[in-house]
Amino acid sequence: MTEEILTVKDLKKYFLTSRGTVRAVDGISFSIKEAETLGLVGESGSGKSTVAYTIMGMYRPTAGEICFRGQDISREARKRSKALKKQIQIVFQDPGSSLNPRRSIKQILELPLKVHGLSKDRSGTQQVERLLEMVELPLDYMYKYTEAIGGGEKQMVAIARALATDPSFVVLDEPTSALDVSVQAKIINLLLNLQRELHLTYLFITHDLSLMRNVSTRVAIMYLGKICEVASAAEFFQNPIHPYTRMLLSSIPVVSEEEEAFKPKKVLSRGEIPSPVNVPPGCSFHLRCSVKKDICSTDDPVMVEIGEGHTVRCHSSP
Amino acid sequence: MMSEPLLTIQNLHVGFDIYGGHLKVLDGVNFAVGKGEKVGLVGETGCGKTTTMKSVMRILPMPPGKITDGEIVYKGRDLLRVNLKKVWGVKGKGISMIFQDPTAALNPVFTIGRQLMDVVKYSRDTGKDHSGGNIRERAIRALKDVAMPDPERILSNYPIQLSGGMRQRICIAMALVTGSELLIADEPTTSLDVTIQDQVLRLLGNLVEEKGNSTIFITHSLGIVREWTNRVYVMYAGSMVEAAPTKELFSKPLHPYTQGLMKAVPKLTGEGIAEGVTGRIPNYLTPPSGCRFHPRCPHVMPICKEKRPPFFDVGNTHQVACFLYKE
Repeated sequence: MTEEILTVKDLKKYFLTSRGTVRAVDGISFSIKEAETLGLVGESGSGKSTVAYTIMGMYRPTAGEICFRGQDISREARKRSKALKKQIQIVFQDPGSSLNPRRSIKQILELPLKVHGLSKDRSGTQQVERLLEMVELPLDYMYKYTEAIGGGEKQMVAIARALATDPSFVVLDEPTSALDVSVQAKIINLLLNLQRELHLTYLFITHDLSLMRNVSTRVAIMYLGKICEVASAAEFFQNPIHPYTRMLLSSIPVVSEEEEAFKPKKVLSRGEIPSPVNVPPGCSFHLRCSVKKDICSTDDPVMVEIGEGHTVRCHSSP
Repeated sequence: MMSEPLLTIQNLHVGFDIYGGHLKVLDGVNFAVGKGEKVGLVGETGCGKTTTMKSVMRILPMPPGKITDGEIVYKGRDLLRVNLKKVWGVKGKGISMIFQDPTAALNPVFTIGRQLMDVVKYSRDTGKDHSGGNIRERAIRALKDVAMPDPERILSNYPIQLSGGMRQRICIAMALVTGSELLIADEPTTSLDVTIQDQVLRLLGNLVEEKGNSTIFITHSLGIVREWTNRVYVMYAGSMVEAAPTKELFSKPLHPYTQGLMKAVPKLTGEGIAEGVTGRIPNYLTPPSGCRFHPRCPHVMPICKEKRPPFFDVGNTHQVACFLYKE
């Protein structure tokens, strides 16, 4: 149960642009255990999607190592074996643009089956039916096109497509941020049920901390290409240490008094995330930090463990 | 609870003529904002929040849009029955709007200064004093109000040189510079990150307080409504289903739709996410008869399929459009 399925060590991904080097991911390390959900949270521009795409092999890492079940996979997708690609799948944020509008849902769901040689009967209908059942969509949806169905249903099709190859690890890149809350609730519950049934491991990327609280086993917070805090979900919300985490938590608008009591003391949010081309020296957060010390603007703090499975990268941490 | 009304919408029906029929989107919207009040309007995508406000601003594209019935009364004048030129007068001084996407709201080929100063120049309260200095000074003051660093430099910047949060603050500056009495904010923070959202909301709150504007805050985030408004309307498929003071609504949601929405919001306390409302918003071409919510409602009764529920008063200025509360 507790075997590590994916380990990322000192991963870096830089992009060279005419205006300088963009340090999208700048030396992050984490690991995901089998059947758990690691939540990766951060603001736009923090590099969370780059991490996902690098794991998927859509980018080649600039430096560092990604290990999947003990096997080094730090290379682009086209250099990976089919068996490996079958194991790792992704669901993108916007189902409107990740599904081909000119293909019927049946064709969309058949493609991964064909590529991986998984079609059993010639028509492939049975397996497509099984996939649709899995995501609780009516079977006649098979012959529809994406424009005829709602946003939530499109996302269900995208999930079914990811599950077609029977993967063990799924990257969910903000799967519900384009959807309404009632649809979101449905999709999240579906994902959690599927995880239990199929013994899946998720890397769940989002910017919504309240959602994170309800889906992940562990949470990692990213800021400007680096991870600032990792903890188990419960610990994370009861005992947030990093000033950025506290700022994030206290910025969430909540709907009840009980939740209000749960938030840390109000940390006034100020400043904006700097450009990853000009990363500030020292701790990249020091410009917005409320407990800044002199050392913060010169030295980058290192990750320290402050409790069981709780690590923080901050000079002010106990 | 409500002070003298500034804007009232009564029985507003708006539809769109499309290929294949007539979409009946707004189905008798009733809505009011009092002086100095902060009113929230919540609902899911496609329920008609923006269509309502666009009708108020008279910026609904017509055709295909069509206002078939109802009235929009602003300070005793029906905006649907005065001519468009007079409406412009009202907008110049009275009502201003902040849109969801600041990138689309600002023109990319003009500088911030040019766009902001145009707003000042053509607003009515500038009067005859069109001297460049006066206009520029007011533009700079407006930028200072929204906590922009170095306003002189920002005036010569193009929108692309600013971040999303800064662009939204420019839009807020534009909306508030003319001293309007009613501010309509249409999902002003949806495209922003939480920490930036927090900053923008705080800023907007302070400015509105200071200037004493009435505000209509349109959003799909219940959390923001709870922290920001005095009174809330919940909208579903083209009409209001519940209206109540904010505190009351969050402690005692009555309409099955509101209850479902509240349940579906992920909570920080982490008790899991309940599936609040099943199904999806109806097709406007052939909307359900009676109460438009009845196909998704867990408490549906025979009467719901036949008659549309009016607003029932349940005390504390709390109103619900649901037959469960007929008494």
